[in-house]
Amino acid sequence: MIIAIASGKGGTGKTTLAVNLSAFLAEKRKVILADLDVEEPNSGIFLKGRQVHSEKICRMIPEWIERTCIMCGKCQELCRFNAVLKIPDRIMLFPELCHSCFACSELCPTSSLPMHGETGGILYHSIISKKLQLVDSHLEIGQVSAVPLISATISYLKGIAASDDLLIFDSPPGTSCPMLEVTKSAEHVILVTEPTPFGFHDLKLAIKTMEKLDKSFSIVLNQAGDEFDSTIIEFCHSANYRIIACIPYMRRAAELYSAGRLLYQEIPVIREALSVIANNLQLA
Amino acid sequence: MKIAFSTTGLEMNSPIDPRFGRSEYFIILDEKDNSKQIIDNSAITSVAHGAGPRTAQKIIEAGVGVLITGNGPGNNAARVLNTSGVRILVGAGGMTVDEAYRAYKDNKLKQF
Repeated sequence: MIIAIASGKGGTGKTTLAVNLSAFLAEKRKVILADLDVEEPNSGIFLKGRQVHSEKICRMIPEWIERTCIMCGKCQELCRFNAVLKIPDRIMLFPELCHSCFACSELCPTSSLPMHGETGGILYHSIISKKLQLVDSHLEIGQVSAVPLISATISYLKGIAASDDLLIFDSPPGTSCPMLEVTKSAEHVILVTEPTPFGFHDLKLAIKTMEKLDKSFSIVLNQAGDEFDSTIIEFCHSANYRIIACIPYMRRAAELYSAGRLLYQEIPVIREALSVIANNLQLA
Repeated sequence: MKIAFSTTGLEMNSPIDPRFGRSEYFIILDEKDNSKQIIDNSAITSVAHGAGPRTAQKIIEAGVGVLITGNGPGNNAARVLNTSGVRILVGAGGMTVDEAYRAYKDNKLKQF
C-alpha cells in the first residue's frame, strides 16, 4: 500500500505530516517513509537512524561520437526537449534539457549517440526504529532534473518493501512532473493545504491534477484556526472533496518543528489528528 | 555583415524584444546591399524547453555576424552562438530596430 502526501503550495506541512504520521503508525505496524522531495529532503532531520545502504543514482544522457556521425539530423528531429541540436559543423548536446528517453540514441542510424550515466543524486536507506525505515534521496547540486532520481528511488523501494509494509511518499511541492512521478504510483494521495489564498489556489490545482490522474485523494487542512478556514471547508463540501483532518495552528508545533522534533509525541491534539487520518484511510 | 535584431514586429520602427530565445521575430539587415529579411520565430511560443538554443540555431543558419538584442541570451543559446563566432551586443531593450542600428553604428551597445 502506497500513500503519497502532496500539496501544491510549498510549506503547508507535507514533511511534518509525513514524518509524524509515519512514526505514529510505526508504533503498531511496519512503515517505510520515502522522502521523494529530492531537491530538499528534510525528513532525515526529524527521523534519525542507522544508515544501512547508500548508492549513487545515475541518469542516462547521450554522448556524441563525431567520428561516426553522418550529420543526418535525425536526433534533433526526434528530441522533444531540444536537448540535441544540429548546427552546421557539429551536434550539440544540452544535458540539463535531456529527459533520458533514449530516442536519439536508439534511432541514430550510425549509433553515434551512446548513452552514459551521470550521477544524478544519492539514495540513503536508514533504519529509524524496529518498524520504521526511511529512504531519502538527495539530488546532486547542479542537477536540474528530479524525475529520474525519484523514479529510481521508487524502484528501489519496490525492491525492499514487504507486502505488509505501508509506504508513505513525501512528495515535492507543485503540480509538475516531480509531483506526478511521486503520486502516480500511489493508491491514495493526501493533499495538505493551509488557510491562505495561496494555499487554497494551489489546492485547487492539486485537486485538478489528481482528478486528471483519476486518483483517490483526500485533504488535510493544516495550520487551521484562521477565518480563511471556512473558504476551504465550504469549497470542499460543495464539491464533495473529503477533508479527513484539520490540524490547528499552534505556536508549540512551530517550536518543536524548528527544534527538529516530532509533534505528536508532545501535542495530544496532533496525535489525535493522526489517529483520525489513520482511521479514515484505514491505515492503522 | 548580416545584423540580426530581436524584435516584436516586422518593421524598422518596431520595438526591440529584450528577450532573445523567445523573441517572435528577427529582422536581418544585410549591410552589403541594405536588404532586409525576416526570421519568423513565432512558433517558439509553443516550445516548452530549450527555446534559446533553438533560436540561436536559426540565427547561425542565417549566417548572421552580429546579434543585437536586449538582455542577452542564456548560457545554452550563447554556447550555440559562440560556435559560429556571432558577436552579441546587448542593451537595446526599449529602442526601436532603427534606433538600435544607429546605436550600433555609434558604438553605444554593450558587448555581451
